[in-house]
Amino acid sequence: MERFLFLTLDGLSTGAVYAAFALALVLIWRAARLVNFAQGAMAVATAYVGYAVVAATGSYWLGLAAAVLAGLLLGALVERVLMRFVGHANPLGDVIVALGLVLLIQAVLGMVFGNEYRPAAAPFDTDGLTVGGITAISPYDLWVFAAVAVVVVLLALLFTRTPIGLRMRASAFAPEVSRLLGVDVNRMLTVGWALAAAVGALAGMLVIPTGLGLHPHAMDLVFVIAFTAAVVGGLDSPVGAVIGGLLVGLILSYVTGYLGPDTTPLAVLALLLAVLLVRPGGLFSGVRARQV
Amino acid sequence: MTQSPYATVDARPSPLRRLLPPPPGAAGPRGSTLLRHLVLAVLAGAAVVLLTNQLEPYRNLQVARVCAFLCVTAGFTILVGLNGQLSLGHGALMATGAYTVALVQRGLDGRDLRGQWSVPLSLLLAVAVTALLGLVIGLAAARLRGPYLAGVTLAVATLVPAVTTIFTGVFNGEQGLPFPVATPPAFLGAYFQPERWLAWIALLAALLTMLLMANLVRSRYGRSLRAVRDDEVAARLAGIHVARTQVLAFVVSAGCAGLGGGVYAVLTATVASGKFPLELSLFLLMAIVIGGLGSLAGAVWGALLLVALQDLPALLTEAFTLPGGLAQRLEGNLALAVFGLILIVVMLVAPGGLQDAVRKATARLGRRRPRPSR
Repeated sequence: MERFLFLTLDGLSTGAVYAAFALALVLIWRAARLVNFAQGAMAVATAYVGYAVVAATGSYWLGLAAAVLAGLLLGALVERVLMRFVGHANPLGDVIVALGLVLLIQAVLGMVFGNEYRPAAAPFDTDGLTVGGITAISPYDLWVFAAVAVVVVLLALLFTRTPIGLRMRASAFAPEVSRLLGVDVNRMLTVGWALAAAVGALAGMLVIPTGLGLHPHAMDLVFVIAFTAAVVGGLDSPVGAVIGGLLVGLILSYVTGYLGPDTTPLAVLALLLAVLLVRPGGLFSGVRARQV
Repeated sequence: MTQSPYATVDARPSPLRRLLPPPPGAAGPRGSTLLRHLVLAVLAGAAVVLLTNQLEPYRNLQVARVCAFLCVTAGFTILVGLNGQLSLGHGALMATGAYTVALVQRGLDGRDLRGQWSVPLSLLLAVAVTALLGLVIGLAAARLRGPYLAGVTLAVATLVPAVTTIFTGVFNGEQGLPFPVATPPAFLGAYFQPERWLAWIALLAALLTMLLMANLVRSRYGRSLRAVRDDEVAARLAGIHVARTQVLAFVVSAGCAGLGGGVYAVLTATVASGKFPLELSLFLLMAIVIGGLGSLAGAVWGALLLVALQDLPALLTEAFTLPGGLAQRLEGNLALAVFGLILIVVMLVAPGGLQDAVRKATARLGRRRPRPSR
């Protein structure tokens, strides 16, 4: 029972990070109808920037701000320089360009920083607090929950309460009509990519201290898991991404806790296949007409 | 229903046209396609055999590696280029073939049942096992599209280290499985270069794959694959079973990947999970895209690229004397960065890849030549 409680809390904590990362994927999917396969590599790149600032200034918070800022810039850059020019003659074009970006980013990171794990310090203690004889949640887990919750609330406010959020939703759902009504759809796309990359950067900064450290490939598996989370929730639904992230975090925590850490990729694949074959739109998709 | 903000008017030709017989009077292919491909394969094989006689052992191993990769890229380019299904899990399929070869050869060796036939037998089993796995993945893939399929196959690619560690009794975890080297048969003489023999094995596998794929592309199935890629609804209206065609494409390309992985294992006489990382699947995709998606000649370019990607780093560090730390960082990464960049540029600027560029260049040369007057 004690172990179950521990695994539950641990799963919710890692799930919160997956939720943030899945949210970044959903943001781009809603804005541009594509899955950004370079999300993981972009997040790692911004995390390197963040930890370089941490090393230079000694302040984790400055580093975090730098990472998020770098995410905003990188996301806008990728959209303006690359994704905007992907032709649509080949429907696989955006995935392939994103994968080329993955190779490029990881190789450049390897050249600049080396292909070894670099330690990444957490701002809070990652050991669990002991309450009444039970090892429970750690201060770092609490920080992760708080950070993800703030991001989710801010995004929700942005999309539902601000004019720019309204424009972004409009250009995602009816680009032609929005353009006719005077919305700069292209700029909204850039903003969407920048936002998504910034959320991804935050998720990267949150997840890297819990793993082996900074490495060009540190987010490879995290990306696959976050993709699963986004698919579980439905790529169209931000709420679904958050719930899907927490759900996937919980499931993986139980699987690794009871069956061993090597089973994680198997569990991810099984979960992904199960959701896609049984409920392809995700658990939170509404009923909709079949697209032909 | 939302639509892509990038969406443009779709001006593809109807896929149905591809299914029709050529109009009367059109210049049809002369003679039998199979015969023509067979002659080409024999000529190419003879040329490479002559080449291997001149090469030193290391170069012969390079030739062999190109041939092993060619088996994979030929099948892969048919899946991605001709059928439009994006798989990021072909590295895992290569691993399946390689492990099958290792397990079969070790099993035969343990029972003192070794002979010249054990290599072809193990390769055949590798193809069968991998094709079976491809069938399983393909059945799921036929229901998935675009990014969903890419995501699922990416999850498959992450499986290799996990599976080899979980079933460590069978696959021996990260250490992997060594098995006996394929030695040249006695009738070639005692001093026959072993690397040349390995190159011949790989060459035979590659030629066989290319021959089969070239005929598949030109056959009714090849036309169905393209029709399904271009427009599923139209293909279905034309009487093509879409799901079955997609599964077939996956099975064929998985079999090729299994053969390539198996040959690759034979070359090194060992197999370990570290040789099939997640990036291998990305490298394969990069190779066929830069080579030219959907073109078998492009697959040859791709196979050459993959070997170049493996061997360029060593060349670079030999050519330039760099300080130790920098050399270590550049090794591997520099070539990868360049190829990653080329991949992006090719996809944005020249989606036809190298093969398309070569074709256009030769066409231009041909046009400049004065035409004989009739």
